[in-house]
Amino acid sequence: MHKQRRRWEVIAEAAMEVLIRLCGVSAILFILSIFFFVFREGAGFLFGGFDPREFFGSIEWYPTSKTNVRYGALALIAGTASVSLLAMSIAVPFGIGAAIFISEFCGGRLREILKIIIELLAAIPSVVWGFIGLTVMNPIIMRLFDAPIGLNVLNGGIIVALMSSPIIVSISEDALKAVPDTYREAALALGATKWQLIYRVLLPAAKNGLLAAGLLGVGRAVGETMAVLMATGHSINIPHSVMDSVRTLTATIAAELGEAPVHSEHYQVLFIIGILLFSITFVINLTADLVVRGIRGR
Amino acid sequence: MVKTDVMIEIKDLHVRYGRREVLRGVTLDVYRNEVLGIIGPSQSGKTTLLKVINRTIDSVPGAVVSGTVKVDGEDIRQIKDVYALRRKIGMVAPLPVGLPMTIFDNVAFAPRMAGIRDRRQLEKRVESCLRQAALWDEVKDRLDTLGTKLSGGQQQRLTIARALSHDPEILCLDEFSIAIDPVTTMRIEDVLKELRSRMTIILVTNLVQQARRLADRIAFLFNGQLEEIGSTEVIFSDSPRSRKTYEYVNGVFG
Amino acid sequence: MTLLLVAPLVLIVGYIFYQALPILSLDFIFTNPKDGMRSGGIWSPLLGTCYLVLLSLAISTPIGVLAAVFLNEYAKDNWFTRMVNLAVVNLAGVPSIVHALFGLGAFVLFAGLGKSILAASLTLAIMTLPVIIASTKQALAAVPMAFREACWNVGATRWQTIRHVVLPNSINGILTGLILEVAHAAGETAPIMFTGAVFYKAIQEGDLFAYGPFDQCMALSMHLFTISTQVPGVPHALPFGTAIVLLGTVLMVNALSIIVRTRLRARKKW
Repeated sequence: MHKQRRRWEVIAEAAMEVLIRLCGVSAILFILSIFFFVFREGAGFLFGGFDPREFFGSIEWYPTSKTNVRYGALALIAGTASVSLLAMSIAVPFGIGAAIFISEFCGGRLREILKIIIELLAAIPSVVWGFIGLTVMNPIIMRLFDAPIGLNVLNGGIIVALMSSPIIVSISEDALKAVPDTYREAALALGATKWQLIYRVLLPAAKNGLLAAGLLGVGRAVGETMAVLMATGHSINIPHSVMDSVRTLTATIAAELGEAPVHSEHYQVLFIIGILLFSITFVINLTADLVVRGIRGR
Repeated sequence: MVKTDVMIEIKDLHVRYGRREVLRGVTLDVYRNEVLGIIGPSQSGKTTLLKVINRTIDSVPGAVVSGTVKVDGEDIRQIKDVYALRRKIGMVAPLPVGLPMTIFDNVAFAPRMAGIRDRRQLEKRVESCLRQAALWDEVKDRLDTLGTKLSGGQQQRLTIARALSHDPEILCLDEFSIAIDPVTTMRIEDVLKELRSRMTIILVTNLVQQARRLADRIAFLFNGQLEEIGSTEVIFSDSPRSRKTYEYVNGVFG
Repeated sequence: MTLLLVAPLVLIVGYIFYQALPILSLDFIFTNPKDGMRSGGIWSPLLGTCYLVLLSLAISTPIGVLAAVFLNEYAKDNWFTRMVNLAVVNLAGVPSIVHALFGLGAFVLFAGLGKSILAASLTLAIMTLPVIIASTKQALAAVPMAFREACWNVGATRWQTIRHVVLPNSINGILTGLILEVAHAAGETAPIMFTGAVFYKAIQEGDLFAYGPFDQCMALSMHLFTISTQVPGVPHALPFGTAIVLLGTVLMVNALSIIVRTRLRARKKW
């Protein structure tokens, strides 16, 4: 049989393969250009006039003041940290517990249904979560704790916990599934109870995957915008209890970018916050990826 | 004149997968229109040898090949159109693979990919390939059912029909009987006896008796090296050159 | 534990639906917001969301699918491939508000598109890209290696193999992934806030082509944010109605993808 493919077919195929390679590179291109453009918009102020000591050390955030302009982001950082911390201290035990329940205690059909439920939970848009914080959680917290306002760290923390649980559950479940069945059989054969099996065998064996799940959860929590914007109340201060209102880094950008004149100092500082957020999540994701790779390497 | 008689010429072939060396300096010739049986225990590099010949080894991650292989006098390392090389060789894998398309499309796939569009021509070719693979009578009325719906034995014959569909000069079979019943195996062996007059056949098998039934010459691969190659009579006689060959064909190990 | 997982979902959907009941009607869908968004319906934001979602997927689907083809079918296991995979993972982790900053800096200002549907869709497209890549890759990887080898053995080229065997047999998985992205993109707010979505814009009611690519538009997600936080004196049921339309659409699209997926799993060809 001789070569009979038409010339244009061969050329089209070569073009297609070039296109495929280009698209393959696109992810790298996009991540670099995200960094580049966010950096570019903030660079002017970052290298001229930006005071990192004020930014990281002061709680005075007066970006629009006429006489006393201050860009101290410490309270915003504290806001992000407090909401993320509370969210993770709820979501990590809950998520890992749910994952253990799904992978170790559930039979086929129930497991499928629960996984679908989790998928649906993960699909609820951020703005709807914020709306729930505003209209459902807010009055509940006000009544339960007799507080003047229910938009605070507690509210935002619970909402973000609910939002980041699905990813924690699904990654933890993958990690537990990756523990070979022989481990389970061996432990049970030695007379371990189900709880001993989970504590002594499964959790240590799946440790890296669970760590990665927690890290990705933190990444989600730090980067979450709309829900915390709506549920934490706009109050720029360092929280002393979960009943205090705060404002996070993300919410600050969302709330102020619309008002800040393009290329003004204020506008550029918001982009510097963006660089900070990008860097934090980048490091978290990188670490999580390395941890997961560690599992596969073994 | 020697050159025209040698279909495949392999010289000092080494193949590594990462650190593991699976072929360690194999040199052998395959003559035109002979049936060469390649026997040897599993892990001795038989399948790898076939992958080198049609250069599908290129898509095995981490595989490093050195040495020269010439097919029809052409060094396959320097060949420009690797697809033309592959069309020159029919390859039948150990497990039957019916592609998830109709029986007709399965067999017409290779000719179509090579650029044949004419429906009449395709139909003729599909029928002749299915006949050669002794499958035509069973499927001629349902050419539009899925290839994956056939039984294992039928799928293996479909695989052979597909391997013949691009009109190859060499047919390689890699332990074709591993997943099918003895009756089908015998039928395929009959098919091969029909084909041997028209093409070069390389038959990799771990069934020594199958090699004895079909092959003109036999190569015994052991641990990535060619232990012995010779005519079937010599290999199965009481005195092959290598002691190991004698032990292997008589079932002492393997 | 089962209850703990199921309860939030059921309670949330049930409560919002209950509160929204008084306002739900066809009129609600097909009229613009009125009286400073204190009455009327959601036509303008609903249509805007459709535009954003469709345009962004039209941009990200080809790039994402081809990138997945590259990663699963062409890429060798080397440092470059690891870099690409790492970039995909990190792209998926970039906070949505940073995407918004990027979209503003790159598309609105640098590329000169201004605040427009196009700029917002491009921003959304880059945000949905890593998820499309991941789901497509998974669908491609589910096609058995033996099929590819069988094709290569008969002299089919790499692209022919992909085009005639790999893609036709993974298209269902790819599509379910895309459907999920529709839901994801429809719910996003932050990335479009500064790149193309506006607080208020009235359009011709009932006209499906009321927006152009360089227009600004309203969006359902942002509209929900606006009327629940920025506008005083909005009647109680209005934001709930908006929320249930958004949530209902997202969940139904998700459920659709799940149903399609289970159906297809039940009748596989191999």
